[in-house]
Amino acid sequence: MDKLFRYIASTQIWRSIFRHGYPDTPRNRTLAVLSNVVLHLHPVKVRRSGIRLSYTWCMGGLTFFLFLVETITGLLLMFYYRPTAELAYQDIFALREHVPIGVMREVHRWAAHLMVISVWLHMYRVFLTGSYKPPREFNWNVGVILLVITLLLSFTGYLLPWDQLAVWAITVGTNMARATPFLGHEGPGAALISFGGLNFIHAGDDVRFGLLGGRFVGEAALMRFYVLHCVGFPLLAAGLMALHFWRVRKDGGISGPL
Amino acid sequence: MGQLIKDLADWLVEPTRYSLLSTALLAAVLIWRKKLTHPVVFGTSMLGILAFFLFAWGDPNFKAIVTKPDNVPILILLISILFFTWLALRRAVLNDERIERGEPTLEGELSKQKVFTWPDLVYVELICMVLFTAMLMVWSISIEAPIEEPASQARTPNPSKAPWYFLGLQEMLVYFDPWIAGVLLPSFIVVGLMAIPFLDTNPKGNGYYTFNERPFAVSFFMMGFLLLWVSLVIMGTFLRGPNWSFFGVFEYWDPHKLEPMVNVDLSVYFWVKMLGMPRPESPLIREAPGILLLLGYFVAMPPLLGRTLFRKMAAEMGPVRFNVMMHLFLWTALVPIKMVLRWTLSLKYFIGIPEWFFNV
Repeated sequence: MDKLFRYIASTQIWRSIFRHGYPDTPRNRTLAVLSNVVLHLHPVKVRRSGIRLSYTWCMGGLTFFLFLVETITGLLLMFYYRPTAELAYQDIFALREHVPIGVMREVHRWAAHLMVISVWLHMYRVFLTGSYKPPREFNWNVGVILLVITLLLSFTGYLLPWDQLAVWAITVGTNMARATPFLGHEGPGAALISFGGLNFIHAGDDVRFGLLGGRFVGEAALMRFYVLHCVGFPLLAAGLMALHFWRVRKDGGISGPL
Repeated sequence: MGQLIKDLADWLVEPTRYSLLSTALLAAVLIWRKKLTHPVVFGTSMLGILAFFLFAWGDPNFKAIVTKPDNVPILILLISILFFTWLALRRAVLNDERIERGEPTLEGELSKQKVFTWPDLVYVELICMVLFTAMLMVWSISIEAPIEEPASQARTPNPSKAPWYFLGLQEMLVYFDPWIAGVLLPSFIVVGLMAIPFLDTNPKGNGYYTFNERPFAVSFFMMGFLLLWVSLVIMGTFLRGPNWSFFGVFEYWDPHKLEPMVNVDLSVYFWVKMLGMPRPESPLIREAPGILLLLGYFVAMPPLLGRTLFRKMAAEMGPVRFNVMMHLFLWTALVPIKMVLRWTLSLKYFIGIPEWFFNV
């Protein structure tokens, strides 16, 4: 067995991928992190205090992990789902009936709930350890935007099953946009934006209409939410996550006493 | 006996008492943090909660709400918030004691040592990933993701709830108009969060848990996050039923439960009840008391507090930072103030100008 492993590790294919020996010496441990595109998100060495679970709670890493879970399960779900008012509900329903070991929707849904919780807890931990203080102010701001994007990801995904829960939760949620000051047709100040008795802001062109692509949560809203959920927000989140992780490194690694 | 406990629990979670109790609990935990974060005290209270759960499990109404598949995450949220708040405060207490004695903090001792990412960090990450993958699989196999009837614009479900993480904002709709609850408050939350690092000039407490070195920052954040966000999410999930009426945890969600709602504007209190005359026609004069009151609140409070209670803070922060922080603080405080006034005086609006959709 040992011989076999040693042989595999000596082949040209193996050595073309891993340019270091088994990571049990300082040199190889350094190389293991430096020469791996995923691992090199980490520095070679970290503060011992920073990686204690009782200190970091592991919530930021968990959020990233759940994002990956969502990406993979979401991709699989996209194979079976057509975002139209006639087919969406049927497709979701069929997932339960026709797909063997069909737990992907369950994993997607429960991981999404967990991700919202883990993002909140991550923010809570970062606040309580004062890790937003200089030099990490900018990264805290990136984090707040990522928090909002996480909620938007979950919110847009909420509509996709196209059942009663989905449609009415989004209706309740987007009804608020009606009342946006100046830009919603039931918001304060909207009546001021008029010309010669003609209102410019009405139910057919206000913020809510822009969000939903219609006066109520219908087919256009489903398509918008689908595209934002599967493409728009994930791309935005991925980009900002790259920035977030990079800045963690640049701002001095996992926070610890100065 | 069982019925007595159930009635008591339902009585305790009525909105006014629920809010007062949770506020009192947080205040008590922060004030007596040394004693209350002791592992024995925490462990005992967790056992108490567990015992209550086991007892309540037999009740059909309780079980119906708690075991709803989409409510399982809220239970996870509740438990993890309790646990992590305790953990953070416990470490803060230990650190504060160490700082008092002139010793390095728990983190400070270890932060000088550096370890290799491989294996010390990557293995923790790997174990974490494996555990959570396993947990997600077990969870997904044992609880099916619910799917309700197909969407229909014609039938409104009762209650219609927003996604659970926005239930705090939906609760605000009871007390404020949508332009405040749904637009202004969320914007303030996001802007306020982003402003934190630029408002907090206290250099201490960077990279370790502490309470004594930043009492206001920690208390304010916990008040906002725990009392005005998480606890309202929990209330919206478990205690708000049909017609957004309030239900105790052991109460049946009866869609016919009616709560009399006769709310009165401040202008009615002022003109009709105090002065005994009809309200003036012009909205601005009619609402003058409310407008003056709120203007006074937002204009007079910052300098007033800056010279008295927060004098040291105002001096340290400088006028711009202090005023921005005070306005965020005053908006945060307005939320519970309005809630209390609604419960006690049935106050509807400070300023009610429905003509312009401008109600506060």
